[in-house]
Amino acid sequence: MTMTADQELLPRTGPTGIWSWITTVDHKRIGIMYAVTAFSAFFIAGLEALLIRVQLIGPNQDFLSADAYNQLFTMHGLTMVFGVVMPIGAAFMNYLIPIMIGARDVAFPRLNAFSYWLFAFSILLMMSSFVLGGAPDGGWFGYAPLSTELREVVRMDFFSVGAQLLGVASIAASVNFITTIFTMRAPGMTMLRMPVFVWMSLVTSFLLVFSLPIFGVGLFQLFFDRNLGAHFFSSGGDPLLWQHMFWLFGHPEVYVLILPAMGIVSEVLPTFARKPLFGYPFVVFSGIAIGFMGFGVWVHHMYTAGLGPLAEAGFGVATLMIAVPTGVKIFNWIGTIWGGRVRFEPPMLFAIGFIAMFVIGGLSGVTHSVVPADTQQHDTYYVVGHFHYVLFGGAIFGFVAGAYYWFPKWTGRMLNRTLGFWHFWLMLIGFNLTFAPMHILGLNGMPRRTYTYPDGLGWGFWNAMVSIGAFIIGISFLIFLYNVVRSVRRGPIAGPDPWDGRTLEWSIPSPPPTYNFAEIPHVTALDDYWHQKYTTDEEGRSVRIPDAPEPAVSVADHEVHMPSPSFYPFVAAAGLVTMGYGFVFLPGGLVAAAIGALITLGGLFGWSLEPIDGEEAT
Amino acid sequence: MTVGEIITGAVPHDADHHDVSAIRKVAVWVFLASECMFFGAMISTFLLYRSSGGDGPAAEIFNIGFTSASSFVLLMSSLTMVLAHHSYERRDLRQTRVWLTGTALLGITFLSGQIFEFTEFVHGGLTVSSSPFGSAFYMLTGFHGAHVAVGVLMLLAMVFLLPEGRLHRRRGLNVELVGLYWHFVDIVWIVIFTVVYLLQV
Repeated sequence: MTMTADQELLPRTGPTGIWSWITTVDHKRIGIMYAVTAFSAFFIAGLEALLIRVQLIGPNQDFLSADAYNQLFTMHGLTMVFGVVMPIGAAFMNYLIPIMIGARDVAFPRLNAFSYWLFAFSILLMMSSFVLGGAPDGGWFGYAPLSTELREVVRMDFFSVGAQLLGVASIAASVNFITTIFTMRAPGMTMLRMPVFVWMSLVTSFLLVFSLPIFGVGLFQLFFDRNLGAHFFSSGGDPLLWQHMFWLFGHPEVYVLILPAMGIVSEVLPTFARKPLFGYPFVVFSGIAIGFMGFGVWVHHMYTAGLGPLAEAGFGVATLMIAVPTGVKIFNWIGTIWGGRVRFEPPMLFAIGFIAMFVIGGLSGVTHSVVPADTQQHDTYYVVGHFHYVLFGGAIFGFVAGAYYWFPKWTGRMLNRTLGFWHFWLMLIGFNLTFAPMHILGLNGMPRRTYTYPDGLGWGFWNAMVSIGAFIIGISFLIFLYNVVRSVRRGPIAGPDPWDGRTLEWSIPSPPPTYNFAEIPHVTALDDYWHQKYTTDEEGRSVRIPDAPEPAVSVADHEVHMPSPSFYPFVAAAGLVTMGYGFVFLPGGLVAAAIGALITLGGLFGWSLEPIDGEEAT
Repeated sequence: MTVGEIITGAVPHDADHHDVSAIRKVAVWVFLASECMFFGAMISTFLLYRSSGGDGPAAEIFNIGFTSASSFVLLMSSLTMVLAHHSYERRDLRQTRVWLTGTALLGITFLSGQIFEFTEFVHGGLTVSSSPFGSAFYMLTGFHGAHVAVGVLMLLAMVFLLPEGRLHRRRGLNVELVGLYWHFVDIVWIVIFTVVYLLQV
């Protein structure tokens, strides 16, 4: 089949050209833009990690200076958290939430575009710091008073301003998702018929809405300390306040990073085990429990700050308890695979990899709840090993599982299966080679955030292994990148339902038309689409219904009113980031800040006055 | 349709024509929940530093009488906001504009009071950089003032745009949503006034 003939088999999905992407308010396109931006940031953050690993491959290396090392590890953390894991979660949420609940778009399509553009510009602002006076170098946690010192250097201003803007973008997106899930569900789609991914997105959005404002206040205080001579954290103020502000956000943030991946895995496992998710309500409610308890454990990041035995004991117990709902989920996932007719396709492998790696990370995490042990492990590579097991072994494995699973829905084409297997095994081996030895190094006393280490401490061998592992991870993702680039153009046509899926997104064409559903579905059950295709016989086995409806390949026979494209979200976001640059370079930047404020205001006014859709314009 | 009914899905709705006003209301409530955490974090900071005046002046510099008067002005603006919403519900656009203008003027009066107060305090030696108390005080009351200013901007935008019919129920700004925001900003001030001015060490 030639490529052009092949191309015609895919459904058309709306206008093309750069302008159509800048002005788009289509949740699917915004989801794709989030994914592409985050994937690019992932390669940059990965490159930063590799530079760090080259420096640490042996003792007393001078590949990087201490100063460059500080910037690189800080930016690696900031980029991975704010530029990669959060926006990849947002990419999945954008693309999938409306389709999974049977809606045509999110509640506020232009706000959605605004969130994306503000996120993209802010991450560029942060990265531009490398060439504009130096990148943030005080750690992604920006502990005061280190972060309030050196006021003549703009580095930590890039941190406070950039993270603030990213927070605004995330709050706007979260408000949007919560409203979408609460109000836009198709008839019959009750809360307890929603796919688990949608539930986890809802919990994630609430976590962000409640935790980001606290971080925002902390960042403002840091900014005022640095630029207005305020005394929040230094000279009379209390540096501990920053730690509370940061971790009150920072710990819920951990669940923000992992819950979407847990949702993805809860979708992938039932499809490839060909069984319903085991204990759906338990998975949902344990997710909600994690959300609540996530706000009550932040002090376990601060055991060495000297808060006293009462606080440490209380938060230690709370930290032990939060392992319970997490464990519930793991047993549910195992119960889902148990007795299923498992197909080991790439998405399934990554989902199983997620469970295994996340269990390891979870167990090493529980060791941190024990105060005396944690005091020993604090600020060592043990902690680095632990959180990479949950954030890379957990979140990234989950996201890659989701990418292999939904790639056919996004592009209409399948990813190459063989390359998928290569990616999985290289990533699994590379990952464990990188992060497992860090536990040993940490217990042997190797401190984090230090640019080199002396010879003769017995750290050289494991550090060399870690560095080799890091490069294997790098190679595995180059394979993935090649697979994606190749399959977008030449992958086999997937059709609407390549995996025999269970949820509504598989009932519409791949890629879906702009309006998603020609007719809004009426939902009657959990896993509604599966029940349209299958029934159970007397022995409880799934049997295909002979005259089951084919996935809708037809186009709408009537005109569907969709929101009109808009340029104003882009303008408003650009204005805010101009303001951001102004505030980084105070006092000279005040002019830029004022211009940015005017642009933002103009964007917002244009936004409120333009017609929402063609229906209203006439 | 109440928020509860929307969430539980008790009321089946036509998916092609969602109740736009109800959807916006859900979003504003979620946003205000987020704002609670924003002000909560600043109020906590103030409570931490309320006796950290250092060498400079602290709570003794406040003029309770003056701030009580401007607090009263802000509370009255909630009343005029209710009246504006009431007129809007009766489709009386002229009355709505009058009450919206009144609300905005009361808001501006409050802001003028705050600017006057800040000027007095700075002359009295209380600045952002004089002590942790000063930093926390100016941050908390300053961000509240900024919220009032944004509210005034939205009120004035509605006053000028309502008569041409350019803003109506399907649009981002409507009287009910701005009202929700305005009442929230008022309620926060009651907390701030109590915690900062009345509860002195």
